[in-house]
Amino acid sequence: MYRYDQYDQALVDARVDEFRDQVKRRLAHEITEDQFKPLRLMNGLYLQLHAYMLRVAIPYGTLSGTQMRILGGIARKYDRGYGHFTTRQNIQYNWIKLEQAPDLLAELAAVEMHAIQTSGNCIRNISSDQFAGSAADEVADPRPYAELLRQWSSFHPEFSFLPRKFKIAVTASDHDRAAVKLHDIGLQLHRNAAGELGFRVFVGGGMGRTPFIAPVIREFIPVSQYLSYCEAILRVYNRYGRRDNIYKARIKILVHEIGAEEFTRQVEAEWALLEPLALDAPTAEYERIKAQFAPPAYDAAAPDSIDRSDPDFAVWVDHNVAAHKVPGYAIATISLKPVGGIPGDASAEQMELIADLAAKYSFDEIRVTHSQNLVLADVRKDQLHALWSALAAADLATPNLDLVTDIIACPGLDYCALANARSIPVAQSIAVRFANLDRQHDIGELKIKISGCINACGHHHAGHIGILGVDRKGEESYQLSLGGSGAEDTSLAKILGPGFSEEGVVDAVEKVIEAYRALRLNPQERFLDAYRRVGAEPFKEAVYG
Amino acid sequence: MVDVQDSVKLAQNPHPRATPATAAVLRWRDDVAFDGPVVAFADFGGDSNAAAVRVDPADDARALVPHLARLRLIEVSFPKYRDGRGYSAARILREAGYTGELRAAGDVLVDQINFMRRVGFDSFAPAKPLNPDDVAAALARFPHVYQKAADAAAPVWALRHG
Repeated sequence: MYRYDQYDQALVDARVDEFRDQVKRRLAHEITEDQFKPLRLMNGLYLQLHAYMLRVAIPYGTLSGTQMRILGGIARKYDRGYGHFTTRQNIQYNWIKLEQAPDLLAELAAVEMHAIQTSGNCIRNISSDQFAGSAADEVADPRPYAELLRQWSSFHPEFSFLPRKFKIAVTASDHDRAAVKLHDIGLQLHRNAAGELGFRVFVGGGMGRTPFIAPVIREFIPVSQYLSYCEAILRVYNRYGRRDNIYKARIKILVHEIGAEEFTRQVEAEWALLEPLALDAPTAEYERIKAQFAPPAYDAAAPDSIDRSDPDFAVWVDHNVAAHKVPGYAIATISLKPVGGIPGDASAEQMELIADLAAKYSFDEIRVTHSQNLVLADVRKDQLHALWSALAAADLATPNLDLVTDIIACPGLDYCALANARSIPVAQSIAVRFANLDRQHDIGELKIKISGCINACGHHHAGHIGILGVDRKGEESYQLSLGGSGAEDTSLAKILGPGFSEEGVVDAVEKVIEAYRALRLNPQERFLDAYRRVGAEPFKEAVYG
Repeated sequence: MVDVQDSVKLAQNPHPRATPATAAVLRWRDDVAFDGPVVAFADFGGDSNAAAVRVDPADDARALVPHLARLRLIEVSFPKYRDGRGYSAARILREAGYTGELRAAGDVLVDQINFMRRVGFDSFAPAKPLNPDDVAAALARFPHVYQKAADAAAPVWALRHG
């Protein structure tokens, strides 16, 4: 994976010094909270319901075992023993003390990590496919391009005061594990007819209160020019994105209001002016970064079979292990969704264990997924059982990837100052209701996503079943939506009908699922496919009938 | 090279908007500051003889490109520091070859000044006075840059492969 050189390190260290100075001025009351707010937000520090929350960037969701061990140590030292992995492939700590934040950032900087641009109206952490580099279906490793984007977007002088936050995702396969069409910019690496590498450029996707699926604005931009092309997109957005209404300030609204064709014309016109300025990093820089993502030393003699004689292990393999491009290896997903747990939470001890297991079984590397799980991407098939045993002992081997209990949930009203309703208890109640593994496996792939407010951090628009918590006359109420997807078949979920109480929504989910089981053509027909085939009516009937 | 003009001198500046609210102008230029009238963008017709113009956030700075040769001062206003359109305006003007004074005026804060220098501003008229020592510290804080902009700083990729 990417390692900092002297330049990267000097910049991150300078940022820590700057923030230490700003916190000192704040604690000495030399600056007001109003003046301090934009400064702390540039460093990922939010003031939440009960305490400061710090969001740490995990660029494109890739981190080393060493970094994970430090994240665990930070959870113990500065938080209450937990960290929360997010849908942006980052980690958040919910109980941070302001006076300790500079020391925390210094500990991160010592292992080449930071919280730069994890909040604020700027280009946020770049996200990517959690299987990047190991996926059997990718055209090339997207991470060197994501790292180049990270560097280009860090401390960008023109784009640090955009109309609103800006999220870029990069992927390299037709099977979309990064939800690229639901980002401000989605970049899909592919080859043109001549066999050259370039990006398909999606712009203007997003969730929030006005969800949109991003249109393609350019089928192919060569990899040697994608940075300047992004620069052109950002400039058009910075100049013409709406600033009169925070809820209409994302780029998706601009693209929607002027139309994808006109937006494309403006970007192309801007790019024609920018392209000659040689803004793109040279090929040598790409090669330098790519060398750091060189494939690890795979053992060509690793046996290409898995001993499935342990039935519990076999179930985990069936659900949580994916195909690797190298024979003898597999990709293992560590579920952070134990029944009754908080989706995405990991304790300090779990993080330290995962760090050890990554060092032992997966070339010291870990990935964070946008569905709030972790991945060891390079595990020998003949070591999967040993890995599983160690994970199971720490409650990390729940075989529920993409099943009904693998729920995405935002922090909700338990932590978040923006939330209208709690998300975590709803996720917990649904998981408990469907705790039986045989039942989960019978239901099959079913992605439930829960947001505690209209900002949609829990991706409810992209849920096969989406749940949105709203405030209805002082009471928490939950709306049920069906038919969303964040994968390559991206679609937006549609509201089924009137909302429910917390307990009522769990019952409604169960009714929807039982209706699906009754009407599916066969057990292989997923819930999403069945819904697309029959429409909402049978489910409305089952829930409200 | 910071040349901090005092507010007394500024009071003689006929520019009607900047005078009352502006405490001091910080300049990174060796030439003599333009002292004439600054016209609003809307009044700056192609046939005007104005040598200075004020660009508000919603104005299209690119419309000035045909007239850059006769402009000595372009003042880009920042009514709120959060409105970042002026950063693009500045860079567009520099990319088009403008070499005259480019001034950021209004809600200009010390924590933004480094970015403003990078997109091409070479003078500043902050609504609230800035401490020159804080400005110097802010400009010296970051030893490298990751991307090209309108300044001369070489991005780290150029240093790595220089």
